[in-house]
Amino acid sequence: MFSLIQMQAEISLVVFIVLILLADLIMKEPHHKQLKVIACSLTALQIILNIFPTSEELFGGMYHSTEISSVVKTILTAGTLLVFLQSSEWINEKDTSHKAGEFYVITLSTLLGMYFMVSAGSFIMFYVGLELASIPMACLVTFDKWKHHSAEAGAKFILNSMFSSGLMLYGLSLLYGSCGTTYFADMTNTLSGTHLQILAMVFFFAGLGFKLSLVPFHMWTPDTYQGAPTAVTGYLSVISKGAAAFTLMNILMKVFGNMAEEWSIMLSVTIVVTITIANIFAILQSNMKRFMAYSSISQAGYIMLAVLGANAQGMTSLIYYVTVYIVANLAVFAVIGAIERQKASLLLKENKRLTESEIYEISVSRDTYNGLYQTNPRLSFVMTIAMFSLAGIPPFAGFFSKFFVFASAFEAGHWLVVFLALMNTVISLYYYLLVVKAMYITKCDNPLPSFNSSKSVRACLFICLISIIVLGICSNVYELIFRFA
Amino acid sequence: MEIEIHVIHYLIISTVMMFCGIYGFFTRKNLLALLISAELMLNATNINFAVFNRYLFPDQLEGHFFSLFGIAIAAAETAVAIAIIINVYRNINKVLTDDISELKN
Repeated sequence: MFSLIQMQAEISLVVFIVLILLADLIMKEPHHKQLKVIACSLTALQIILNIFPTSEELFGGMYHSTEISSVVKTILTAGTLLVFLQSSEWINEKDTSHKAGEFYVITLSTLLGMYFMVSAGSFIMFYVGLELASIPMACLVTFDKWKHHSAEAGAKFILNSMFSSGLMLYGLSLLYGSCGTTYFADMTNTLSGTHLQILAMVFFFAGLGFKLSLVPFHMWTPDTYQGAPTAVTGYLSVISKGAAAFTLMNILMKVFGNMAEEWSIMLSVTIVVTITIANIFAILQSNMKRFMAYSSISQAGYIMLAVLGANAQGMTSLIYYVTVYIVANLAVFAVIGAIERQKASLLLKENKRLTESEIYEISVSRDTYNGLYQTNPRLSFVMTIAMFSLAGIPPFAGFFSKFFVFASAFEAGHWLVVFLALMNTVISLYYYLLVVKAMYITKCDNPLPSFNSSKSVRACLFICLISIIVLGICSNVYELIFRFA
Repeated sequence: MEIEIHVIHYLIISTVMMFCGIYGFFTRKNLLALLISAELMLNATNINFAVFNRYLFPDQLEGHFFSLFGIAIAAAETAVAIAIIINVYRNINKVLTDDISELKN
């Protein structure tokens, strides 16, 4: 009875979701501003309540929370808080303000799904968590109900997510047939690398590869990222990807530990293909959200490098990478969102008889960023730092996270993969700097006039900026995570 | 002549269903047909779980439970997918995959 209290992270999150739902029902409309305060403070409270990592095993091992998974949960919650902060301007708009409560409830439900996913001890729990994380996500992607790019993105997302869970479940059923159990702990001993088990593992990996958008399972990513509301794209690209990456590593290490030889080959090929193809396509994009989609595909490849390490060091570098990636990517998406909204309202004012989709297309294209430095120096500064961090330029956190990931893969003996990934970093530097070039160097007659974002967006940008710099300088962060791994 | 039904017969059915689903997902043009194909795949896995449990591990219930969870979750997923497809139809009056190609370069 009292052991249920030990699932405190999940239970407190459920309580908070119910509280927000009740607040949404009880308070008088329009109440989106108060709801934002409530949601942000409850999410912050959730971080504070679960700041100390605990390890528990409940329901006969079905729920298995380790210290490292509580660290991951806290990081994901912090990322969600940043998303809430940066989504405030979008949620205050006329079309979405009456649905603000739904946005917070649905987002926190996906977070709850990720909690279950990272602390699963059995494939049933894992599957339920995964679906709880991805079904409401489809609702978030279609949140801009009256814009058809959002609907289209949602259709592509939900159909691909169904397809991928079908593939994954097929693999799990074969695995169940050969092992007779769904518990991670019991399954490890019965796995010996028979052909059936290898087939099952490939199916399982393909299913999770869709969620992580590794090449060749990445087809849905650019379309969904481009069509979804910008704050949701940010959430999709960091939080759900981080949770899926951690879970994949956890399962490959814990369950498929005996078959490391088989999966490390598969993973190496996937990593190299993912990083290379995503980089080549990213160079060709001029739409910022599509560009960030390809960038996030290639970042997923780098995250997978940590999985190759398959030890505590690899786990630490994965979590560190995800943390740095969360702050850098969310900073970029906050800037994209702010500029998109500003440009769209400017275009509407000019009244040039553009259709809705043309306005959308122009407001997220890279040409909008031309000469941004002259008018909005602070915004372009944040964007530059974030881009440097994503590309991995030394003083910033992105360099160290890439370094640790490469080190862990190198020590495991995958030097060829590391070498190819390093070559790709140079290519990625080119396309990240294209944005910086547009902001600082490209001449433009009428750059976007200077504007002020709302307080919460500025707070989000400030937190991201500080974290990008501090996470890189303080080595304590890495050591802290390593202590729990 | 009496034919005895073994695991293998069920597995053939479920494998055929699975790959019909995959084939349908790649070739069909209608969003609803895509949805049906994905459902076919999920149902194939449910058969697999139930059969493995019934024939190979008759003294436990994990596989049955997995199929039950699978059915419930697939229903939830279908509900959301149909809602989204209706939303697509409202916005552009079409449900064919060729018509929803606005998001491209």
